[in-house]
Amino acid sequence: MIKLEIDSMPVEVEEGTTILEAARKVNIDIPTLCFLKEINEVGDCRMCIVEVEGRRGFATSCITKVEEGMVVHTHTPSVVEARKAVLNLILSNHNRDCLTCIRNGNCELQKLAQKYNVQNVDYDGAKTSNEIDDKSPSIVRDQSKCILCRRCVGMCKRVQEIGAIESTNRGFESTISTADNQSLNDVDCTFCGQCIEACPVGALHEKDDTSKVWRMINDKDTFTIVQTAPAVRVGLGEEFGMPIGTNVKGKMVTALKRLGFDKVFDTNTGADFTIMEEANEFIERFTNGGTLPMMTSCCPAWVRFAEKNYPEQLDHLSSCKSPHQMFGAILKSYFAKKYDVEPERIKVISVMPCVAKKYESVREEMEVDGLRDVDAVITIRELARMIKQRDIEFTELEDSEFEDPMGEATGAAAIFGVTGGVMEAALRTAADTIEGKSLDKIDYEAVRGQEGIKKATVEIAGKEIRIVVASGLKNARKIMNEISSGKADYDFVEIMACPGGCINGGGQPIKSSKIRATKDVRQLRADSIYSIDEKSTFRKSHDNPIIKTIYNDFLEKPNSHEAHKYLHTTYHKEEKYNF
Amino acid sequence: MKKSIEEIEKIREIKSKELELRTNKDFTGARKDILVCHGTGCTSSKSPEILEKLKEIIKEKDLKDINVVKVGCLGLCSKGPIVIIRPEDTFYSMVTVDDCEEIIESHIINGEVVQRLLCKTIDSKEAIEKLDDQPFYKKQKRIALKNCGIINPEDIDEYISVDGFKALEKVLTKMKPEEVIDELTKSGLRGRGGAGFPTGMKWNFVLKEKGEQKYVVCNADEGDPGAFMDRSILEGDPHSILEAMSIAGYTVGANKGYIYVRAEYPIAVTRLQIAINQEREYGILGENIFGTDHSFDIEIRLGAGAFVCGEETALLESVEGKRGQPRLKPPFPANSGLWQKPTLINNVETYANVTRIINNGADWYAGIGTEGSKGTKVFALGGNVNNVGLVEVPMGTTLREIIFDIGGGIPNGRKFKAAQTGGPSGGCIPEKYLDTPIDYESLKEIGSMMGSGGLIVMDDTKCMVNLAKFYLDFTVSESCGKCTPCRVGTKRMLETLEKICEGNGTEKDIEKLRTLADNICKASVCGLGQTAPNPVISTLKYFEDEYREHVIDKSCRAKECKNLTKIEIDPEKCKGCDLCKKACPVGAISGEVTKVHEIDQSKCIKCRSCLQACPFKAIS
Repeated sequence: MIKLEIDSMPVEVEEGTTILEAARKVNIDIPTLCFLKEINEVGDCRMCIVEVEGRRGFATSCITKVEEGMVVHTHTPSVVEARKAVLNLILSNHNRDCLTCIRNGNCELQKLAQKYNVQNVDYDGAKTSNEIDDKSPSIVRDQSKCILCRRCVGMCKRVQEIGAIESTNRGFESTISTADNQSLNDVDCTFCGQCIEACPVGALHEKDDTSKVWRMINDKDTFTIVQTAPAVRVGLGEEFGMPIGTNVKGKMVTALKRLGFDKVFDTNTGADFTIMEEANEFIERFTNGGTLPMMTSCCPAWVRFAEKNYPEQLDHLSSCKSPHQMFGAILKSYFAKKYDVEPERIKVISVMPCVAKKYESVREEMEVDGLRDVDAVITIRELARMIKQRDIEFTELEDSEFEDPMGEATGAAAIFGVTGGVMEAALRTAADTIEGKSLDKIDYEAVRGQEGIKKATVEIAGKEIRIVVASGLKNARKIMNEISSGKADYDFVEIMACPGGCINGGGQPIKSSKIRATKDVRQLRADSIYSIDEKSTFRKSHDNPIIKTIYNDFLEKPNSHEAHKYLHTTYHKEEKYNF
Repeated sequence: MKKSIEEIEKIREIKSKELELRTNKDFTGARKDILVCHGTGCTSSKSPEILEKLKEIIKEKDLKDINVVKVGCLGLCSKGPIVIIRPEDTFYSMVTVDDCEEIIESHIINGEVVQRLLCKTIDSKEAIEKLDDQPFYKKQKRIALKNCGIINPEDIDEYISVDGFKALEKVLTKMKPEEVIDELTKSGLRGRGGAGFPTGMKWNFVLKEKGEQKYVVCNADEGDPGAFMDRSILEGDPHSILEAMSIAGYTVGANKGYIYVRAEYPIAVTRLQIAINQEREYGILGENIFGTDHSFDIEIRLGAGAFVCGEETALLESVEGKRGQPRLKPPFPANSGLWQKPTLINNVETYANVTRIINNGADWYAGIGTEGSKGTKVFALGGNVNNVGLVEVPMGTTLREIIFDIGGGIPNGRKFKAAQTGGPSGGCIPEKYLDTPIDYESLKEIGSMMGSGGLIVMDDTKCMVNLAKFYLDFTVSESCGKCTPCRVGTKRMLETLEKICEGNGTEKDIEKLRTLADNICKASVCGLGQTAPNPVISTLKYFEDEYREHVIDKSCRAKECKNLTKIEIDPEKCKGCDLCKKACPVGAISGEVTKVHEIDQSKCIKCRSCLQACPFKAIS
């Protein structure tokens, strides 16, 4: 343990602790901007500077490790003046249209300016850039807001190991740019959206589709069906100040009904279809010598990553569409017919913890008989904005249930929102199917947890199935490289682009650097998801009554001709760079 | 072929006799060496053509014992191309290809000095024949530049003849690493890159670090505007740097060296590569040097021209192939440098002193210079000074001696106003400090710094606000953009200075500059940002009245800031010749022939065409 003194207070911390972390221990909130724990520890912004006795110049508290006997002053007049000067400089090259900014109220820069009482910006000189890249269906980059903290770069380069964005040019001309300054749409970006989660300001955000959704709701001739992904219910409450990971399913359904959607369904039902198809596809491949390992395909950022980076390995991907796309197709066929709504009138709106889903929904293949599976995708943040716009007191809402006839989904579907969940859900169904009976084994602990790569072997009907679960594209690349080089001997692989899965998706509520450093956001949301599973009436997809009904009435059986028509898709090589 | 110590000694013996006519002033004999400067300055004024021409004439005339030799920079660049004839030491300046015939015919064949090619004294215009008699060289002491202008930098044998590799041999065979460090520490050598960190201490840090792999790096990314000390050393004496790096490798326990040199120094790069190749051939670089356990090799890494890569940690990033951005210190390179390994990094001029110290002893070196700063310092003397060039003087020499005795004073009868040392990181020194003996501490005390050795002299036609603007313009375009204070702060300073120079400044802007400068210094990540405001701080300190004139009186006394300058015709001097009127591109001048002319200030664009046109110096 290291003993030091911060602002005249004795502090004792473990060796290797930074001054910033030590200060937080005694409730001193040193300001940061570029710091993002374990992702961007570079000391660039100069907000976290402190004075250390005996040291020349300021120390960078976010990366300077504590030393025995260190005497730190975090708020001397000189430090405060320098921080204020730095803030002033950042603001002088920042588009200060705060009132109309998507991050108004949730902007780290805005909060600091307020905290440090910056009432004037002293300089009205040049601004670097006002370029806006909104070509992609998923992500908007607004350079006029960028403060060059490089948190997005750290995320893209070091966490995801994609490197679609990087610092270019020098000095004041520095910008964060893509290859040849092309749109994110046309480079190696996968639309995972983790950069948005990292951005402290409004320089990166989802493409806002709320207006489009409002138009659909307000159009009397349109029959709107909204569906919500498994990980939405454990994130949405945070947008209304509720504790991280709170399950707000009931309030969410009530709010969606109040917003005026004609039907409010659960994507989890779609997830149950996915498991039916995917588990059976796996059994088929596993028993009849198909391409192995089979890889899950419900994460569109992962699919785009594979198409751009491993086009020769695409036959490993399951041909299953993702749950909300499957569900969209079912709604416009089975549901439309059964409940006598002209399919052309139906608009399916998906609420997702993800921005890549926006891209997925506009992929050419995602339609059946000329009808798009899904017509609009909004993130949790966009849904929250819609709820606020309608002046709904979210936290005060009573609970309600998803509507019939799609009703309640299984616990297997719920865990789709977390890394390992798809695998576990598929194993539950595959095991029962292969064994030909309902097994007691439900929990597959080996695929749970937040590690980036989890490997295990499970035994079903005397056969060993080698599985691996990876989340984060850095880990996806590792697995793909193993497969490409022939070193992999897996049978079934689950991949999610975002570290931890959809509970940490690019469409989740944005958490400040401090919260990310001090709370285990992912685990809190994941715990909530697993508790939904535990409490579910049905915990295996094939036990879901509505699934049984629809296969009986409409799809016949998993992987049938009809099932393929509505629930499966194809992949194709994507050029890494399109310019 | 790999050479043994004995074989090297043999070469030294033979070759030093051959070179005696260059090194020994009392040499008698019929042989003559014609030394043609091949520094960058002289090369661009066609010295390679002069060399070829001389060779051609000698061949044509079948002259025996006349050698034409390519040598490194001789320092007096403003008088180049320079040709020196040894042993008599005749110093010819501004030689052209057309002069070669006469040099051979008159000097070499007839023994008559070509008077018209000799340098003239500035005041009396008297011709000075010998190099040693040139006032430019009188107060200089060449240690780092010892071999520059004496040997052919592309010939390893010539380097061997002037005690080359003696120091390496001594270190490898007779000294322990600790003894080398002791010697350096005793010598008092400090880093010549600018900050002046004690070299012995730095080497010791790396020696003390544990680790199998260590590196030695030479910082040859000389970037200050107007500075060319390191370039000249590399061009004129590359082997001395390689030798010192190998000594460093032995001392700290490294087997690999990198020289990070700007790609804009093509001559230096070529000669370094030639030198490396020759040393590898002789086995002076490579495995088991001189049959000892010491193995060492050197690679060149080219810099792409970013000033910030002169900052040691940004340099290391660049060597690793990354974007040139500084790292936060600590850890220092000695603990975690290139590829996180302990790394010794020194500047070219620092290395250039090492072999001299080993050969001549620490006491000899410590006997030169001041209390805290030992040895000599090379300066690139430029700006409004008669003798523009490279000078090496003992620490403690005053600015006045450098500028007036060596530099020959200010041209065109103008007055000295200030000198800028330390480039964009340094500060300007006003006249009252001309007699300050120059060393690391004294320069810091008066608000400047040693820097790498750029020394720019300014006369009274230079505006100090504009000067600060010039340097800020440089740092703004060279800031790497990593940290906020440097990236945005320097830009805002520049904008404020531009505003002042354009005549739109207020007194508040001066205060803004002061506060901003203070905060940039304190909050920036690396040395570039921390020192970037220095030109503003020092001009504000010594020339605040000029700033005030700009913002209050809206005038620029040096007449450099166009918006604050009036161009006027002195009615006393104007003869009404009408030439100014004809020269004016915007028709701002009126007046009848033979009558006094006038300038319409509302039309004048301050292009100064009229100033040049006026034969009576009536316009100013």
